[in-house]
Amino acid sequence: MQKIGVFICWCGSNIAATVDVKRVAEAALHEPGVVYSADYQYMCSESGQTLIKNAIKEKGLTGVVVCSCSPRMHEATFRKAAESCGLNPYMVEIANIREHVSWIHKDIEEATEKAVILMRAAVAKVNLNQSLTAGKSDVVKRALVIGGGIAGIQTAIDIADAGYEVDIVEKKPTIGGKMSQLDKTFPTLDCAACILTPKMVEAASHEKIRIISYSEVESVSGFVGNFTARIKKKPRYVNEALCTGCGICAEKCPSRKSKNEFNEGMDTRGAVYIPFAQAVPKLAVIDPTACIKFKTGKCGLCERNCTAKAIDFNQKEQIIEEKYGAIVVATGFNPIKLDGLEEYGYSQNADVITSLELERLMNAAGPTGGVLLRPSDRQHPHKIVFVQCVGSRGLRPCDKPYCSKICCMYTAKHSMLIREKYPDTEVYVFYIDVRTPGKNFDEFYRRAVEQYGVHYVKGQVGKIVNDGGKLIVHGSDLLMNEQVIIDADLVVLAAAIEPDPTAKSVATMLTASIDTNNFFTEAHPKLRPVESPTAGVFLSGVCQGPKDIPETVAQASAAAVKVVGLLSKDQLTCNPCVAGSNELLCNGCSSCEKVCPYGAISYITKEVRRGDFRRVAFVNEAVCQGCGACTVTCPSGAMDLKGFTNKQIMAEVDAICK
Amino acid sequence: MKYSYYPGCTLKTKAKDLDIYARSSAEALGVELVEVKEWQCCGGVYTTAQDEIATKLSAVRTLMSARDEGTDLVTVCAACHNVIKRVNDDMRNNEYVSTRANNYLQAEAPYAGETRVIHFLELLRDEIGFENIKKAVKNPISKKIAAYYGCLLLRPSSVMQMDNPENPSILEDFIKAIGATPVISAYRNECCGSYFAVTDKSIAKRNSSKFVDSSEKNGAEMILTACPLCLYNLKQNGGASVPVVYFTELLAEALGVK
Repeated sequence: MQKIGVFICWCGSNIAATVDVKRVAEAALHEPGVVYSADYQYMCSESGQTLIKNAIKEKGLTGVVVCSCSPRMHEATFRKAAESCGLNPYMVEIANIREHVSWIHKDIEEATEKAVILMRAAVAKVNLNQSLTAGKSDVVKRALVIGGGIAGIQTAIDIADAGYEVDIVEKKPTIGGKMSQLDKTFPTLDCAACILTPKMVEAASHEKIRIISYSEVESVSGFVGNFTARIKKKPRYVNEALCTGCGICAEKCPSRKSKNEFNEGMDTRGAVYIPFAQAVPKLAVIDPTACIKFKTGKCGLCERNCTAKAIDFNQKEQIIEEKYGAIVVATGFNPIKLDGLEEYGYSQNADVITSLELERLMNAAGPTGGVLLRPSDRQHPHKIVFVQCVGSRGLRPCDKPYCSKICCMYTAKHSMLIREKYPDTEVYVFYIDVRTPGKNFDEFYRRAVEQYGVHYVKGQVGKIVNDGGKLIVHGSDLLMNEQVIIDADLVVLAAAIEPDPTAKSVATMLTASIDTNNFFTEAHPKLRPVESPTAGVFLSGVCQGPKDIPETVAQASAAAVKVVGLLSKDQLTCNPCVAGSNELLCNGCSSCEKVCPYGAISYITKEVRRGDFRRVAFVNEAVCQGCGACTVTCPSGAMDLKGFTNKQIMAEVDAICK
Repeated sequence: MKYSYYPGCTLKTKAKDLDIYARSSAEALGVELVEVKEWQCCGGVYTTAQDEIATKLSAVRTLMSARDEGTDLVTVCAACHNVIKRVNDDMRNNEYVSTRANNYLQAEAPYAGETRVIHFLELLRDEIGFENIKKAVKNPISKKIAAYYGCLLLRPSSVMQMDNPENPSILEDFIKAIGATPVISAYRNECCGSYFAVTDKSIAKRNSSKFVDSSEKNGAEMILTACPLCLYNLKQNGGASVPVVYFTELLAEALGVK
């Protein structure tokens, strides 16, 4: 028989205001095995823990139940306290009477009754608890970063600087991400390329960093400290070891109709191309959907002109398999498609463009060489209307419910840059609210209004029509309470941003969770913002939520610190709550193996009784994550989960139903 | 192909062409339109007042009769179509309206929105197919034509589900099918000014003329519409110097049954 102590926490007034803690403590004494109970204002405090420790020592407790907040908050605290005075930590159980009781109920009677029931269930479980000992597993000292934008680059550099190997897997032919497409960056207006390309070069030349570009992670298995990733390297049809990045092939390529992704499709590129001048790695890549050689078998002009003999039309997809201790997701974002927002006429008018397209139109390496010309007739626009919150903060199915966060600042940036460079241009900005919190941000926006004379109009645009070459913008001015009609030459839409389309499959692959908007969920929204709830998986950049560059870089470095903290350990303590098979009951049916998401179960032939050799399930405890899928699948009841045995769970259910 | 057909009051008085040519074209295309028995006015304007039931009852009666015939209901006037389709949606999804309407009507079989309502344009596009119409055309209309959607034909799009309300193509595709060239004009899917034609002509004039001016500037030789009120406003208040016609009239002409 166990000797159990029950400790009820008030959590200040968080629990005590709704639950009669004295009554719970009193009720506990009537439960089988309970020899002691107490309530205290803050059980997690130093003195609260001392209360528990003293009781363990003085009453000789063999089990502890703490009725408090979620085990995600303080289970570790209380287990540590118990361990410090000689009690096995797995003899401590938490009854969550805060999140599950006091925070969601109003009626004291009902809440107290429920708290008593949950306490009773925990006591019933502890009565069947057994001491468990955690094993150790080795840590592979290498990190995988998925995505090579500024977030992935920064994370990789910081991990590498701490002395650990890092692989960046980037699906595009070059790293650099969205930032490489930007012209200037707010609020200091330094050129994006000038601050990004040194980082790209640093990543490429760092002895600890390997860039695996034009590749995608296909599958990931394993667990924290010991992941195995299969990386699919797409064929470039260019030998990476031989290509010098001279660009002759791209010049000679006669196929010129492919949209240039780097310039947002506003000009064209060859079928063989180098994404942009500062691409890293600076290697050519052949787009087989556009290549004449691939389509007709004739041409090969690039091959004939390549002095390095790097063109290889027979290159095949490659699979790289590598082990990692930690994985960082840095999959980034894209502007939304504007199909559902036709009131702005994006698909109907060449001169209605997105902000990212404007970045390219303003950039010296862009389709117009940095001269602001509108796409339809290559004339200088004299009246420009910016529309903010296009697809952000909306309730329709085509809208995103959230604020995309970066648009207010980049629109202020665009309007100022245009007024600076082309003072004869009138600039209007339609906004719902101007949101510019951040260091030197509001000052930046005010400069646009006060010094640069940008016309900010509070209101939204309802319709944009093309009337004889002019874009007629119909909007509302909520401060003047009137309709405004502006005949513009160019309209720029601040399209909402959304996670990259690969986010969903990456999340599934890593068993990391995403929210309704496909942003990765952090382990705790305030206190663990760069970790995913899946151990060993970390988050960097916009994949976790909209962010500007300074925030992205800060978060990227934070994620790197977490990775370094993990990789600096030689071994990790395993979770001892793993599955185990009762070989006498196991009939070797393979059901458990099929449902195990971690590949922890295999089969061995074993002499179960003398002369009775049988095929039975074997659990690799280092790989098992204790999810319990096998225990509910096993038809003969042979599989059980330590710390959560079927008997323990039934005892809890019985206690609740009593 | 057999359908219940709802013409509506205006099509029996001011907008006879819209009705007559819809029927003759349908016949030429092998579609049988059976006029709903003892039909009444659609209600005129769909009321958004939630507790207003009376004005929705006549639409429900029409919908019920189509159900009892076991056929889909075809409408042609944009305004009637809007009212009938939205009331049908209420009968499907708005318990408050459907309960009260059914209680009032005391029909043997209560109506729950079973009838499928389609506009004549949808009949052409989805049931017959513009490709087949193209084949049936005897006299191609070789003109540049601007299509005017107005507001009621497409909105609210979640209920009407005919086309993209901000970038529609059904009328332009129709224009191509009868051998003509579509002209895209500004404001083709905006309101013509509607009943302001009676109370404040200046509004009707401003709205209609914006579309007419843009069409003429873009070289349109003709304007077509599916709505009697739009036709009236474009002609009387929009100052159109090119002909404004119903799409059914052009269809009949193209099919050689005018």
